[in-house]
Amino acid sequence: MFLADTSSPAVSWNLLADFQQMWAYPFMVNAFRAGAIVSVVCAAVGWFMVLRRQTFAGHTLSVAAFPGASLAILLGVSTSLGYFGFCVAAALVIAALGRKGRDAGAEESAVTGTVQAFALACGYLFISLYKGLLEGPTALLFGSFLGITTGQVTLLAIVGALVLAVLAVIGRPLLFATVDPEVAAGRGVPVRLLSTVFLVLLGAATAEASQITGTLLVFALMVIPAATAQQLTSRPGRSLALAVLIGFGSCWLGLIAAYYQPYPLGFFVTTIAFTGYVLAHLGRALHEALGWSRSRGRTPLSIGGTA
Amino acid sequence: MNVLTQPFFQHALLAGTAIALAAGLVGYFLVLRAQIFTGDALSHVAFTGAMAALAGGYDLRLGLFAATIGVGLLLGGLGSRGRPDDVAIGSVFAWILGLGAFFLTIYTTSRSGAQGGAGTSVLFGSIFGLSTSQTQLAVLIAAAISIVLLLIARPLLFATLDEAVATARGVPVRLLGFGFLALVGATAGEATQAVGSLLLLGLLAAPAGAAIRLTDRPFHALALSAGLAVAEMWSGLLLSAEAPKLPPSFAIMATASAVYAATFLIRPRRTALPAAA
Repeated sequence: MFLADTSSPAVSWNLLADFQQMWAYPFMVNAFRAGAIVSVVCAAVGWFMVLRRQTFAGHTLSVAAFPGASLAILLGVSTSLGYFGFCVAAALVIAALGRKGRDAGAEESAVTGTVQAFALACGYLFISLYKGLLEGPTALLFGSFLGITTGQVTLLAIVGALVLAVLAVIGRPLLFATVDPEVAAGRGVPVRLLSTVFLVLLGAATAEASQITGTLLVFALMVIPAATAQQLTSRPGRSLALAVLIGFGSCWLGLIAAYYQPYPLGFFVTTIAFTGYVLAHLGRALHEALGWSRSRGRTPLSIGGTA
Repeated sequence: MNVLTQPFFQHALLAGTAIALAAGLVGYFLVLRAQIFTGDALSHVAFTGAMAALAGGYDLRLGLFAATIGVGLLLGGLGSRGRPDDVAIGSVFAWILGLGAFFLTIYTTSRSGAQGGAGTSVLFGSIFGLSTSQTQLAVLIAAAISIVLLLIARPLLFATLDEAVATARGVPVRLLGFGFLALVGATAGEATQAVGSLLLLGLLAAPAGAAIRLTDRPFHALALSAGLAVAEMWSGLLLSAEAPKLPPSFAIMATASAVYAATFLIRPRRTALPAAA
C-alpha cells in the first residue's frame, strides 16, 4: 500500500519541500517521532554502557528482544509489551547473575553462547508457529519503520522520558561508581543498587532501539554514537551531548534515506553511524600523526567498572 | 514413520551427522581455547557473505565459505596483538550485519524468481531443504574438517594447554592457530547450512561445554563432544520429523541446550579448566 508510494519519490534537494512531502504521510511522521525519541534515549543510556564496558550485556539484551517480540506476535498481544517485558526481565536476570564479561572463563562464554543461540532459536520457533501475515523474521531482526502507530510513539515517549528521568537522577553517582567503584563504595554510594537500576534502564533502552533498527542492529543506536563521541572529546558532559546528537543525526538521516530507497532502515542507520565512527577514528589518528596531541593530556575516560 | 524414509530426511540425517561431528570436534577446541567469540563473529559474517553471493548471482555456499574462512584467518592475524575492544568489534559487526540486510534486499528485489525466504534460511538454517549434491558436498567438507582436526589434535591440544612449553618443544604454535581458525571458518560455513548463521554458535558451544563439564580428560572430552553433537543432531531431527511444527534448527538447539543444562544438575561446578592428562 504505502510501499509503492514510498519507493518511487525522488529527492528534489529542496529540503523543505522534501520534508513536507515526507511528512504528508502520517506513518512517516510517526517514524520520525519514534526515531527521535529512541535515538536520544539510546545514545544517553549507551553512553553510560560504553563507559561501564557493558556492551556485552547490551548484546545479550538485544538478543532477548527477538523472542520477546515474536512471542508477542504469536500470542496476539502488542509487540511493545514483548520487547519491554523480555528485555527488562533479561536485564534483571543478568543483574542477578552478576557481571560476566566476554573475558570470563571458557565455560562462562560457552554458557552465554548457548543461551543466546537458544533465545534466537525460540524466537524462530514462535515466528514459524505464527501463520499470519508476516513475511518472516527479517523485519524484526533488521528493523522497519512502516506501521509505527501513534499509540506506540506515545508508549516510546513515556518509557523514554521515564528512562531519561531516572538516568538524570542517578547520573552523577553512576558516573562516580563507574569511574572508581571502590572509592564510590567507600563514600557510601550504593554501587550494587546503581548497577541493577542501570541494567534495567539498559533493558528498556534496548527494547526501544529494537523497534527501530531491529534486534540485531541495536548497537547502531546504543554503542556507536557513544563510542564516536568518546573518541572526539574526553569531557563527560560534552561527549554525552555529542553522543545524543550523533545518535539523533544518524537515525533521522537513516529514516530519510530509507524513505527514498527500498533498503532496510537498519542498514542505513548502521552505515551512517559506522561511517561517523570510522571518520572520528581517522580524524583522531590524523590529529596524533600531525603532532597536535594536546599538551593537557587526554584523560582516558573509559575505565573499567567493577572487575 | 514414513517421514524417515523420505529422501529429504535422509539427506538431512546424513549431512547433519557429518556437520555435527565436525562442529563437536572443532567446538571442543574453540571452548578450550576460549575463542567462542570467534564463533560469534563468524555467525555475523556468514550471513553477509551468503547474502552478498546471492545478490551477485553466485552460489550461496561460495560466499558463505569465502567469508567465514577469510574472516577466520583475519581474526587469526589480528589475534596475536590481543583482542581488540568490545566496542570496536560490536560496531564493526553491527555494520556487517546491516550490510547483510542490504544485500538481502538487493537480492529479493532485483532478481526475479528470488526466493523470499533466502534470508530466513541462511539465518536459521534449512537442513530439510538439502539436495543430493548439496548433501554430498556438505558430507565431504565435514569429513575433511574432521580428519584434519583429528590429525592436528595432539599438537593443537599441547599448544592450547601450555603455549610456552609447546613453543619451546618446537610445536608450530602460530601455524596451528591459523590452521585451526581456518577449520573453524569452514565449520561455521557448514553449520550455517544446518542450523543457520544465528544459531551456529550454539552448535559449536553447547556440546563442547557439556563435554568439558562431564570429563577432565581431553581426548575423552573431545570424543564426548563429537558424540553429543551427533546425538543432539539426531534427536533434534527426529523431534522435528515427529512434530512438523517445530523447525529443525529449533529442535536441534533445544536438545543441545537441554543437554548442556542437564550437565549443570549432574555435577557441581568447577572453577579450574581441565588439567592436562
